Amino acid sequence: MTDLLKLDHVTKRFPVGGLFSRRTMKAVDDVNFTLSAEKPEIFAIVGESGSGKSTLAKMMLGNELPSEGRLSFDGTDVTTIRGRAAREAFMAKVQPVFQNPFEAFNPLTKLDEYLFATAHRFLAANNRDAREAAADAALQRVGLSLAEVRGRYSHELSGGQLQRIAVARALIPNPKLIVADEPVSMVDASLRMSIVNLFRELRDELKVSIIYITHDLATAYYISDRVIIMQKGRVIESGDARTVLEHPTQPYSIALKGAVLPPDPAEASAIIRGRQVVEA
Amino acid sequence: MHDVLNAKAKASAVAPKNVLTVEGLKAYYINEHFGVRREVRAVDDISLTVNRNEVYGIAGESSSGKSSLIKTLAGAIRPPMRVVDGSVKFDFGGREIDVYAEPEQLKPARWRHLSYIMQGSMNVLNPVRRVKHSFHDFAYRHMGLGGAAFWSKVRQHLERLGLDPDVLEAFPHQLSGGMRQRITIALATVCEPEFIIADEPTTALDVLVQQDVLGLIKDVQARMQASIIFVTHDMSVHAAISDRLAIMYAGRLAEEGATQALFDNPQHPYTAHLIGSLPRIGDVRIRKSLPGKPPALSDPPSGCRFHPRCPLAIERCSKEVPQMLPSATGGRVACFRAGEAVAS
Repeated sequence: MTDLLKLDHVTKRFPVGGLFSRRTMKAVDDVNFTLSAEKPEIFAIVGESGSGKSTLAKMMLGNELPSEGRLSFDGTDVTTIRGRAAREAFMAKVQPVFQNPFEAFNPLTKLDEYLFATAHRFLAANNRDAREAAADAALQRVGLSLAEVRGRYSHELSGGQLQRIAVARALIPNPKLIVADEPVSMVDASLRMSIVNLFRELRDELKVSIIYITHDLATAYYISDRVIIMQKGRVIESGDARTVLEHPTQPYSIALKGAVLPPDPAEASAIIRGRQVVEA
Repeated sequence: MHDVLNAKAKASAVAPKNVLTVEGLKAYYINEHFGVRREVRAVDDISLTVNRNEVYGIAGESSSGKSSLIKTLAGAIRPPMRVVDGSVKFDFGGREIDVYAEPEQLKPARWRHLSYIMQGSMNVLNPVRRVKHSFHDFAYRHMGLGGAAFWSKVRQHLERLGLDPDVLEAFPHQLSGGMRQRITIALATVCEPEFIIADEPTTALDVLVQQDVLGLIKDVQARMQASIIFVTHDMSVHAAISDRLAIMYAGRLAEEGATQALFDNPQHPYTAHLIGSLPRIGDVRIRKSLPGKPPALSDPPSGCRFHPRCPLAIERCSKEVPQMLPSATGGRVACFRAGEAVAS
């Protein structure tokens, strides 16, 4: 049993205060979990803003290094990655999908350029045909085609389509892990479930593991296999997604679950009535 | 102050009229370059009414025209947007204001009778001045009170909303996002307006804070018997706060009705999809997504604008524009196959 990703007491400190201040704050505090290489899964990291979930994502992508602890991918400690070849080999296996697709793509760059550049870099696709074949194959996987995307700019497509292209781009190097930081929060309601369902397909068909970072417990429940709930950098509850989210045990997880408004007017308005400060 | 409140109460007892009446409103973005005229029909033939003391929700995706609609309602449109047809009439305690026939009438009513809660609280509060200056800038001239009376009223109002009056001395960046949004709510309601337009007021907030802010809005609304137009794309928020709900799609209303009836028995296939696709803890059924994407308003599909994505579309849908007609559940719906959709 090999580990795809292993976080062993990972802590990240950031300095706070002025130039000469020695104070630090722990953005991520002693996080442990392991993703198995044999069994792909969707692993949800749930928390509010400031819980450290995005810092954790940056560390998994190798953009930030842990201050303490060990974060290893495929058996290699990420802090030991040196040199361009090693870094590119790492990047090919771990790919990001960002929150806001309108910001992730330069509005002045054609979208197909991103796909071709990724294919060129990671697949060593030296000629146009190879690059186009790789881009088209990835786009087909997400329900698009190169013909729809060729020559388009980001403002010409909807948020849902852009997010699909972002996922397609991430798929080109045949990664083992996709780190998706709030991938559906900027996507329209009618298209949101298509992105969420796409992650499920990637897990089942391409055997890609997905780190799904979100503040939305309902979609986390819907797609993920395992979940950790973070508060102020610490993991306060973890386990099987269905079990944890149906029966949370920690006070904070219970509060988070209670804050999810049910899509039912009678229940939801009763919750809001309970929150009113003064009786009308 | 009491006279005004009494007058308000009297007017409402005598005339149970709608606070807002919109008829056949069309507002387009019109660009003319080198003789080529381009129209973006962001608000296309919308009629609706908002009653006294109700929360009227407007749900729609991005580019459905919901922001354009509320801008038009508030009389806050700028060229190239223009009102092409229709009317927007407010009725503030017997005083009628036709926003586009006599725009100068609206100016004294702003903030006093018609106020706004906006999404980005940081954009509402002046970032380099203390919160109290924002209150002074927004509300002082509309209240008609002297300095001391004004500040005691502001403090009293903050206390009623469960906020510490000391926040007046804070700078916006010292406060959390939820606190700032509560202050913008206090700011919008300090003049006790009859009508409040709330544009995605909870979208940028964390889930735990969101409920408190929604509770506060409902609280203020119920206490002041005000009417609120509440705009958000989040159907769960509408479930929690809206009394009646309108669904917008590509610049037109698709369906309108009492929130509970709409959730229980959606008549329009688009509404049925929006409600059916909401994930829920404890329910593992696969949710389907709609094919296609929301249309561009510069080049909308013919007939019913939803027909290219509609699972129930028939030939008629691509040729004729469905009108808003009374639905089986007591609301209104614009669909030739109303009632056949099932929330899956």
